[in-house]
Amino acid sequence: MTAKATGKQNSFLSGLLHNQLLIPIAALLLLTIFNLIADPSFFRISLGYNSDGNPVLSGYLISIIDYGSELAILAIGMTLVTAASGGQDISVGAGIAIAGSVLLRVLCGTESRPETLQAPVFVAFIVCCIVAMIFGAFNGALVAFFKIQPMVATLILFTAGRSIAAWINNNELPIVSEKSFTYFGGYLPGIPIPTPFFIALLCFVITWAVLKFTNLGLYVQAVGINEKTSRLNGLNPELIKFAVYILLGLCVAVCGLIKVSRLSTINYSVIAKDIEMDAILAVALGGNALSGGKFNMGASILGAYVIQFLTTTLYKFDVQSDALSAYKAVVVILLVVLSAPVFREKITGLFRRLRAGKAAA
Amino acid sequence: MKLKKMLGIILTAALCGGMLAACGDSSSTGTANTGDSSSAEKPASTGTDLIRVGIINNDPNESGYRTANVNDLKATFTEANGYEAQFSYSLKNEEQIQAAQKFIQDEVDYLLLSAADTAGWDSVLQDAKTAGVKVILFDRTIDASEDLYEASIVSDMAKEGQTAVDWLKAQNLSDYKIIHLQGVMGSAAQKGRSGALTDTAAAEGWEIVSEQTAEWNAEKAQQIVQTAIDSNKEFNVIYAENDDMAKGAVAALDKANISHGVGKDVIVMGFDCNKWALEELKAGNWNYDGQCNPFQSSYITEIIKKLEAGEKLDQKTIIMDEKGFDAATITQEDVDKYGI
Repeated sequence: MTAKATGKQNSFLSGLLHNQLLIPIAALLLLTIFNLIADPSFFRISLGYNSDGNPVLSGYLISIIDYGSELAILAIGMTLVTAASGGQDISVGAGIAIAGSVLLRVLCGTESRPETLQAPVFVAFIVCCIVAMIFGAFNGALVAFFKIQPMVATLILFTAGRSIAAWINNNELPIVSEKSFTYFGGYLPGIPIPTPFFIALLCFVITWAVLKFTNLGLYVQAVGINEKTSRLNGLNPELIKFAVYILLGLCVAVCGLIKVSRLSTINYSVIAKDIEMDAILAVALGGNALSGGKFNMGASILGAYVIQFLTTTLYKFDVQSDALSAYKAVVVILLVVLSAPVFREKITGLFRRLRAGKAAA
Repeated sequence: MKLKKMLGIILTAALCGGMLAACGDSSSTGTANTGDSSSAEKPASTGTDLIRVGIINNDPNESGYRTANVNDLKATFTEANGYEAQFSYSLKNEEQIQAAQKFIQDEVDYLLLSAADTAGWDSVLQDAKTAGVKVILFDRTIDASEDLYEASIVSDMAKEGQTAVDWLKAQNLSDYKIIHLQGVMGSAAQKGRSGALTDTAAAEGWEIVSEQTAEWNAEKAQQIVQTAIDSNKEFNVIYAENDDMAKGAVAALDKANISHGVGKDVIVMGFDCNKWALEELKAGNWNYDGQCNPFQSSYITEIIKKLEAGEKLDQKTIIMDEKGFDAATITQEDVDKYGI
């Protein structure tokens, strides 16, 4: 082996080890291989028809991209919030309950079981976005202007949100009977791929475009890395923090639409329960520092799908109900430890020493 | 700079104040009503002999069951029925205990209690006993000596489960392949409803195809059933421990074009008797719904009448009648009367 080759391999290896995408991809690969060995039919996709006669694809992979969509959309907002403010928003689950409740309120008016929609879905969605963004702005204001720890600031809505959601609809659970409303969480007629996936895809493209063609990404990272220097460089850190919370509000509204559409109704106390923890986990899995600063959006999104992959795998293997969370915890611990920068440095160091030892020998 | 800081502090305080006021508005409308009604009723009560009751319940927003429960109590304990009632709602044990102490100080005749937590009630109930306040527990039991309360009115979750399982047995299917969707593990409803199915399935040789907790959550139930369908598992019964989970399961079935309901491929069973669930039942989309009776006030008033007449109660623990509805026999009357 020539010295040149060794050097190249070394840089490739360390490059790979330092790439943020490594962890979610490795996790995905691990899960894929595990499923491939345990039961190759995991990857089978078949075409069928649902009870409305629409063609639908079904299979585990389809389920994963379907149910993982909300989480992936939330992960976008959560990544920005994490990067800019160095903390997480734990009120997104309650926020989805509020957004969903507003949506139902506008669609159904004061009746709990209207025959026809009281307002077009588009209008309801706009109202729902505005409300979700106001709640996002509330969180953002507490964090940016009053310098409250993000987790503490969002604890307020985390506690009160579901009660507010119940209160918006007078504690009734309206059910939307309109068929076209189910398209957002189900299937568009004639298209066999679940709509949530398309909605998520649209969100990814918009996010990609925004990060590519505006300086938002740069500003967010600058604020996250060092607030003071970013101010000296002419940025307004408060405004940027405030803005990312509003953006997260928008993501919450989109998730609310999908969730409500899935079943045409919601239950305020359990809808999107614990989704905030999964969203934070997606960000962590993506190798993003939870203390803020640099971020990799793609890694977070991939992380979200990894979590859904894991959930579906656990359901598939009929893990005992009371042990389900324990299994999940074990996998999470492994993944988080693997993605910790300290651990990765150690591993890189170990490789380097091994290589040095070999070269010396 | 200093001014800005001051301004910040003042604004924070204002915001917090606003928040508290807003929270108060949304969560304690019941308490606000109480204040009004008790102050309005007081002059009236001095002349007549209304029975004074203090009712401590969980937050009506907790679930549809609780809302029905609260409305039932409110409708029964009115002045017209000879009661002067005060209500207090909280999901926190400490707050409930404080409310109990306040009611004892107000010298109510009866204290009706649905405790948030089973522990921590001994001393306050002892105070009630000393003050001559009679305590009646409803809906939930507590870990305290039986001497401290007059009666306890509860649902027997195991019996609810057994009723449902007996119904399932009576369907005489040629084989039973069941997907079992459980509630939050360890809750009384989950234990009772799971226990009945597990025992009978073992005794009868029924096959449990999949047994998972969906934590009372419709979306999780949908995912679990979707996964079962994806793995080509055969099943002909869905035993969901509440209506929400049954709804989620049905959404997954619809997606895969699996027919469900009366005379169809899959039998769908739910619990709690939500109004919309009973409507599904009536439409023949589901097969069975088990009741978890939130209408306890009739039992309570009966006990109060007996105690007022100086009679002794036959037993301390009173188990409520709970029905199970079959899609084949349910009527619109049932939907209106028992739907919550």
